Amino acid sequence: MTADEKQEVQFQKLLTPKLPDGNDLPFQSPEAEANYKAIITRIKDAVQMKKTPDRVPIALFPSMFPFINAGMTIEEAMHDYEKCAAVFKEFMLEFKPDLHIGAAGPGPAKFYEILDYKLYSWPGHGVAPEHSYQCNEGEYMKAEEYDLLMMDPSFYFRNFYLPRVFGALEGFTMLAPHTATLEMYGLAFNYIPYALPPVQNTFKALFEAGAEALKWATVMGGSNGELTSLGYANILGGFTKAPFDVIGDTLRGTRGIMTDMYRQPDKLLKAMEALIPIMIGMGIGAMQQTGNPMIFIPLHKGADGFLSDEQFKKFYWPTLQAVIGGLVEGGCIPFPALEGHWESRLKVIQDIPKGKTVWMVDQSDMAKTKETLGKNACLLGNVPSSLLKLATADEVKAYCKKIIDTAGKGGGFIMANGAFFDEANPKNVKAMVDVTREYGVYK
Amino acid sequence: MAGKLAQLLSDLKEPEALAYVDKALGEGTAAEELLEETKEGMNIVGERFSKGEYFIPDLVFSGEILKGVVQKLEPKLKAGAGKEAKRLGKVVVGTVAGDIHDIGKDLVVFMLDVNGFEVTDLGIDVPVQKFVDAVKETGSTVVGLSGFLTLAFDSMKETVDAIAKAGLRDKVKIMIGGGQIDDHVTKYTGADAFGKDAMEAVTLAKGWIGG
Repeated sequence: MTADEKQEVQFQKLLTPKLPDGNDLPFQSPEAEANYKAIITRIKDAVQMKKTPDRVPIALFPSMFPFINAGMTIEEAMHDYEKCAAVFKEFMLEFKPDLHIGAAGPGPAKFYEILDYKLYSWPGHGVAPEHSYQCNEGEYMKAEEYDLLMMDPSFYFRNFYLPRVFGALEGFTMLAPHTATLEMYGLAFNYIPYALPPVQNTFKALFEAGAEALKWATVMGGSNGELTSLGYANILGGFTKAPFDVIGDTLRGTRGIMTDMYRQPDKLLKAMEALIPIMIGMGIGAMQQTGNPMIFIPLHKGADGFLSDEQFKKFYWPTLQAVIGGLVEGGCIPFPALEGHWESRLKVIQDIPKGKTVWMVDQSDMAKTKETLGKNACLLGNVPSSLLKLATADEVKAYCKKIIDTAGKGGGFIMANGAFFDEANPKNVKAMVDVTREYGVYK
Repeated sequence: MAGKLAQLLSDLKEPEALAYVDKALGEGTAAEELLEETKEGMNIVGERFSKGEYFIPDLVFSGEILKGVVQKLEPKLKAGAGKEAKRLGKVVVGTVAGDIHDIGKDLVVFMLDVNGFEVTDLGIDVPVQKFVDAVKETGSTVVGLSGFLTLAFDSMKETVDAIAKAGLRDKVKIMIGGGQIDDHVTKYTGADAFGKDAMEAVTLAKGWIGG
């Protein structure tokens, strides 16, 4: 199949949502069904850029806003899965966007606790109960470990990286690589570590964490199905990352990767290349698992100011472009998020296949983005967090009209907030949705 | 004309800079003299960053080279040597309560420092009172509040309010910065101005303090 045909198959699947048992998901009313199908068609038109949609689609991408708005602490949302899902449903019924990202944002606190996760601090576990979880940057991969990573990424992750970011997975350091299992003779030696207490404790923690993850995911899956049955579509099919950010965010850290750009640029470039198929596979795998082709790619260290133009073209873009291309070939709709400002990168990143991607725009100028990247790709965004929290509803409406006029011209635009937000004035969030529903209709 | 070490450091030539330090020390050059040159080198790095010739990786790497050079010089420095030159003024900087993001804040501290300010870095997740105490203790006339999350809007406002309540508001200028900060947030928090990057923090501080 061509990439076009694969994408078409994915949209057809989205139009006929299924229950986990494979049967058609029943809608709660004919209106809900019509609404849901209209949303999928609207998104399809916006993404493919062949036809102008009936109106600008509306997406809400809150971080913790639904829970804060309901007077709930994030700590509670991370512990009480049922309440988390119920509050998210209320949020959807109150604001009624076309597209949502599900109630999975807070995640299961107990799961992280069981595994003694160190990469993040979360409410009640390093940050205040009412605040969102935040990353603890560090050098979780050492400067001299590039060869190990490239030789066998899965072995490196299991035996080195995971025990560093999960206290409970210390036992993994003792395990032999799976690829050491070849012949009968001597085979049993490889499995001795499973008899040792540190390994057994690690597996006990994993069984417990897995059970907790399943408990949480069952509630989240139910919530997702219910929202679909009510006529709302989830825009997220999964996520993957730019190879530069994989290494720069959570392996080597900002300081680490930036030092490597000088001390060992060739190793860094090779490692990022090795990550290309892994990141493509992560996106395609998520699409197959969720039945949703939109693969989110949060982009961090490629933003304006982080790297020079030359550094961007050498270190950031080539491997990201390859990941985007591979996802498109596989039938996914890559959904990169341009966090912060990206004006200086627009001419470079516009080099992508037309009608195959959606780009979340945070603070880049929408008119400039439309003239460049927007020629080939659907744009999504860019209502600022500061407006949603601090402006009047009329100011929000005026801003939305302005971006409908510029970015929405001729289609290829989805109204949304520009950055994941925790706190906002609910009247402003409502104003953004309402004004688009009226003013965003294409005539 | 910058000295050889200042040049190597500012051109980000790490092995060459370190080898030069070894050679110069071996030939009897005073560690104090080399330390002066590193300061000169870092100033050049700061200038290039301000002009948009250098970017964050270049800043970060210059800091790494500096660390290596200072490690070599430290054992040879006489007590009291390398004393701070006269500073332009004092600035207190920190990431506000509830927020633990440090990259942007660290860049601001670095740029203020190489531009001649005496910076008190309070770190991340800084309680309101700690800012107030630091202003009192250091006599700083500029305060920089950093924050990446929307929760920081309120923490910034509370910090500005607390500084006012302590009777210090007319003694300090307050600047804010971070991913989602703009004019709306500046007005909301009661800060004097916001900067979109570390260079703007330096411009603001210079404008207020002079220099």
